[in-house]
Amino acid sequence: MRKLVAHKREDHVAVAVTDLAPGEEVEVAVLEGGSPLRVFICEPIPLGHKVALRDIGEGDIVREYGEAIGRATRPIPAGAHVHTHNLRSLRWDFGRKA
Amino acid sequence: MRLTGYRRPDGRVGVRNHVVVLPVDDLSNRAAEGVAALIPGVIPLPHPYGRLQFGEDLELTFRTLAGHGANPNVFGAVVIGIEPRWTERVAQDIARTGKPVEAFAIEGYGDLKTVERAARAAYHLLKEASGLEREPVAVRDLVLSIKCGESDPTLGLAGNPALGRVVDWLVDEGATVIFGETSELTGAEHLIAARCANPEVREAFLRTYRTYVGMIESKGADLLGSQPTEGNIRGGLTTIEEKALGNVQKTGTRPVQKVLRPAESVGPGEGLVFMDSSSAAAEMITLAAAGGSVLHFFTTGQGNVVGHPLVPVIKISPNPKTCATMSEHIDVPLPDLLVGEIGLEEAKARILEVFERVVRGRLTAAELLGHREFVLTRLYPSA
Repeated sequence: MRKLVAHKREDHVAVAVTDLAPGEEVEVAVLEGGSPLRVFICEPIPLGHKVALRDIGEGDIVREYGEAIGRATRPIPAGAHVHTHNLRSLRWDFGRKA
Repeated sequence: MRLTGYRRPDGRVGVRNHVVVLPVDDLSNRAAEGVAALIPGVIPLPHPYGRLQFGEDLELTFRTLAGHGANPNVFGAVVIGIEPRWTERVAQDIARTGKPVEAFAIEGYGDLKTVERAARAAYHLLKEASGLEREPVAVRDLVLSIKCGESDPTLGLAGNPALGRVVDWLVDEGATVIFGETSELTGAEHLIAARCANPEVREAFLRTYRTYVGMIESKGADLLGSQPTEGNIRGGLTTIEEKALGNVQKTGTRPVQKVLRPAESVGPGEGLVFMDSSSAAAEMITLAAAGGSVLHFFTTGQGNVVGHPLVPVIKISPNPKTCATMSEHIDVPLPDLLVGEIGLEEAKARILEVFERVVRGRLTAAELLGHREFVLTRLYPSA
């Protein structure tokens, strides 16, 4: 049974398909194919929420589906929860011209 | 696939056989409900608008009301309005389909006489409708629509790609499939633009999208406080781009053949078409029904309960918590797709199996639970 799924190999985030507890290394299934990735979970991740697959710097554009979904508003370490506290839209008043 | 339905005088095919009582305006709701109280089995469509509207906003209301009377799931319609002129206009637009329509104005009669006259008309229409038998129909006879709601990332991973496979199959079989949700394409509009069938369609799509965003910005506003919604955020969606990229998965991979105005009529055999529409569930389904959709596929993550008075809504959810806690709302549970225990082909087969049964008459969860959301889209305030 899968626990974490990424759309593309180059994505910065994967989505939990079950509630994840910190302290375990989890396999990441990649929908576009190829061998699974691995990530060490460092925070509780509820089902449907995102985990950083690698370290993301403040201001970096974050990709899911191989597309930009927003910009990191603070540094995000691999294995951390990615959500509204550290990621926001590129549309309207933040990074629009980037 | 063995489908059955009702062929209407204009050749369009419905999967339900309703008689509607259609108020033209808010003042006529009471009479419409009075008719439905006397003749159980007819469907009243009460709504709060229809007075002192003007311009394109009025045209959209007319198009939506007449589109519901003209919808192929409707055998015939009783139209009731406060005054004769607008009442006749809506009735005539429905009558163009060749189906039976009776119109009643309240002025000069009062509610009680109007209810009696309209109830007699409804009585005869319902008797005729009940004698009609289903006949074999094909996928290529159907206009269908799709939307997702109370979305979360389980839709982008599983529910929407599964529906996308279904949409590709339906389009290849010759159906028309309507998608919309203009605001919820923000962040994925380039992917839809790239799939438009030709430069004219692409230009029409991008003009529609940019006009919408321009309208938002002309109010000094943006969508960041409402898209994603609180429910989306609780479910794990962070930005409108992420929501849109998940949303468009359900449109499949076929070219976008047409761009429709809100509630614009569309026939079968047109392939995948985009309708300019709200992303609010009941508004979008209402606009698609006005355009002629006879069945709607609805994927949900956190558990949207929407239905429609005339159009069966098939609910699909890959979220295991939603399927466990809200099972009475879900027609096609797909939590095993989410965790990879089944693949997209198996999920597609499950959705199409439910589709076949619902077309043939089995009730959806929303029909069983009496969800009859009918919500008009307004473009601007009344005079």
